[in-house]
Amino acid sequence: MAGKPKLHYTKGRGKMESIRWLLAAAGVEFEEDFIETKEDLEKLRNDGSLMFQQVPMVEIDGMKMVQTRAILNYIAAKHNLYGKDLKERAWIDMYVEGTTDLMGMIMLLPFQTAEVKEKNLALIIERAKTRYFPVYEKALKDHGHDYLVGNKLSWADIHLLEAILMAEECQADILSAFPLLQAFKGRISNIPTIKKFLQPGSQRKPPADEKFIARVRAIFNF
Amino acid sequence: MSGKPKLIYFNGRGRMEPIRWLLAAAGVEFEETFLDTREQYLKLIKDGSLMFHQLPLVEIDGMKMVQTRAILSYIAGKYNLYGKDLKERAFIDMYVEGITDLTNMIMMFPFSPPEAKEKNLALIMERATHRYFPVFEKALKQHGQDFLVGNKLSWADVQLIEAILAVEEKFPAVLSGFPQLQAFKTRMSNMPVIKKFLQPSSPRKPPPDDRYVATVLKVLTE
Repeated sequence: MAGKPKLHYTKGRGKMESIRWLLAAAGVEFEEDFIETKEDLEKLRNDGSLMFQQVPMVEIDGMKMVQTRAILNYIAAKHNLYGKDLKERAWIDMYVEGTTDLMGMIMLLPFQTAEVKEKNLALIIERAKTRYFPVYEKALKDHGHDYLVGNKLSWADIHLLEAILMAEECQADILSAFPLLQAFKGRISNIPTIKKFLQPGSQRKPPADEKFIARVRAIFNF
Repeated sequence: MSGKPKLIYFNGRGRMEPIRWLLAAAGVEFEETFLDTREQYLKLIKDGSLMFHQLPLVEIDGMKMVQTRAILSYIAGKYNLYGKDLKERAFIDMYVEGITDLTNMIMMFPFSPPEAKEKNLALIMERATHRYFPVFEKALKQHGQDFLVGNKLSWADVQLIEAILAVEEKFPAVLSGFPQLQAFKTRMSNMPVIKKFLQPSSPRKPPPDDRYVATVLKVLTE
């Protein structure tokens, strides 16, 4: 059935945030149903709504989609943000896997003990600066276009902006050695749908705080 | 340049095995270069061959592809194993992501510390029989077709047969509660390309042993 996609997750970033970004960038309005208690999660599980008993889950186009990557692939392709052919898709996929790995590391930080967190923060900053950002800086430099793939906005650009902003929350000047990424950040942030998503009052979620962490641990039992 | 795809990895399953399976199921011959020294790995990084300094690496259609999922998506798309439209692709993606979560547990198992091994093994069995296999048993039962999606062989089927065989290596009777999956396993195993891949002299790799673990650790760590 038609209607807005409906997102089922906790009221925080986690694995759902990239989905919020992509829908927002595509100009798609969506609703959210927040899981606040263990009982909320159990209900979804008992309803048979969660294919593998896990969230994120997005109700979209008559499907109850699970698995972050599957959901993102579907939205990207549906809204022409996945390149024009197999090869462009291959490059978008490779780039997105990189930003997924980087954001995945950052996402775990709030759940770690103080000393593990300190070590991982240093690793994240090192990886961002030596493994990930150089790849995107070079891609932009090599072709001189505004976007990563095919001279057109794609999912890879949206995901990279999200990753840049998350990395900057770890270290404010993390882009200091990457002039093209700085320009990229400015450009993509100014795309009207994205600019709107970056404003207060949007469905973008803030970084995890202590209260949120406690709630997630209670809901998911860890 | 054309020619056979070239796989660069350790001489073992790891993250490359699903790629070997998919190429084999697509009837595509490939070459392999095996890494067993750190020097070879560092050279690949220095050459700029590894986008994010990680393996697997597959040279295919003029690209040096990295990131397992990107590589698999490309192969699936190229050889018509990715469904006929966006919705079929969505189901293939969901199934593949679920199966990957299971096979990742198996892949990581040899690298877990001795005291965690028993617990991890039990978790693999629990997840296979309670979270993953029931989904595919139900899907096959509901539509009564030979393949998971769209009444046609897809990436999801290849990934599932691989996972079933891998779990059976640890728990031979794991399919005892799953008659549809038993029939699926037989059907898939008898497909000519897969039958060929299951024969002793094929590129299929044996289960990881201590030597494999030692090689991986030696190559990847300082």
